[in-house]
Amino acid sequence: MRSATARAGARITAIGEHRPAGSLSNDDLAARGVDTTDEWIRTRTGITTRHVAAADESVISMGIDAAAKALATAGVTGDDVDLVVLATCTIRNPIPGGAARIASGIGARGVGAFDVNAACGGFCYALSVAADAVRSGSARRAVVVGSEKLTDWLDWDDRGTCILFGDGAAAVIVEGSDEPGIGPVAWGSDGDAFASVGVPEGDWAIRMDGPAVFRWATTQMAPVALRACELAGVTLDDLDAFVPHQANQRIVDAMVRALKLPSHIKVARDIATTGNTSAASVPLALSSLVTSGEVESGGLALLLAFGAGLTYAGQVVRIP
Amino acid sequence: MSQQEILAELATIVNEIAGVPVGDVTLNKTFLDDLDVDSLSMVEIATAAEDKFGIRIPDDDLKDLKTVGDAVSYIEKAGVAA
Repeated sequence: MRSATARAGARITAIGEHRPAGSLSNDDLAARGVDTTDEWIRTRTGITTRHVAAADESVISMGIDAAAKALATAGVTGDDVDLVVLATCTIRNPIPGGAARIASGIGARGVGAFDVNAACGGFCYALSVAADAVRSGSARRAVVVGSEKLTDWLDWDDRGTCILFGDGAAAVIVEGSDEPGIGPVAWGSDGDAFASVGVPEGDWAIRMDGPAVFRWATTQMAPVALRACELAGVTLDDLDAFVPHQANQRIVDAMVRALKLPSHIKVARDIATTGNTSAASVPLALSSLVTSGEVESGGLALLLAFGAGLTYAGQVVRIP
Repeated sequence: MSQQEILAELATIVNEIAGVPVGDVTLNKTFLDDLDVDSLSMVEIATAAEDKFGIRIPDDDLKDLKTVGDAVSYIEKAGVAA
């Protein structure tokens, strides 16, 4: 028996995104009858507006668009891909998963394809699995997609949740490399706290115990960030960007304080115009930093995703 | 720790997290209406107080701490119990 040809490292070579054209501002939410105000939402969450997918935009279609853009940026086609991993928790019908359809949609015919559901933590899980596949030789080039249509799962009468979420997708291309470009993952879970956020048994919409999730994220995630750095052999000073899950600006601010993050590090604050897009949030936030030119290619970014499950995962990556 | 010492420590925490001047943090003030400290800041203040005073303030109890005096009394009792 032989083992596959291994590579020393894996890296992200390109990123693409799909932000739905439709949007919903805080004032729009209040106007449609949600008992809240722009001021309340902004001060509690940092969100001013979020993208909302149209009826004909799905987890699949948004994922295909983001993946196609990432392929174009990388200068390759679907023929050059042999693995597609989709991180999502909002696919309308879970059987089958969406990765195979995204693979077909980008012209990657007959390739390995599967979904990862670790809710808001999903993208960093999927990225880690894809990087391992590329390093081990199971795949030469992988597409990792985070795509979510949260608005299908929102109760517009539940002002504790409906103000938080948005829709969107982003995708990265992962290839083998001689130098490590995707660090070891720091991941974990806490199934005892599963009820603090999610769709409860017999319910259809996302419900959340806000203070419990806020307390968990603001106290438990900074050590995970430090662990991811330690595993990658870097210090906070070595980082150029911090791209945490965009759940709430107040959580991001609390993590930055807890980590005593050096001021030169660019902190992703995509949530203001995007809301919480679950598994799409980390790649969308990274994409925003890359396309705006706020970070340079080759720099180091710490990704950190966390959410329902509870699940969390983080790793240090080279910025594409 | 005396009530006055607890108040002084708590005022420092409230100042660091919510930017409220230390002198404004007095026993009769309400966190939300008088000091403009919202529920998320209260969670952060609770976790900082837990570290500082070596106690636990569960979310269910936190909801009942409306005034600075409520919090000082809670910390005082929890500290004795601990």
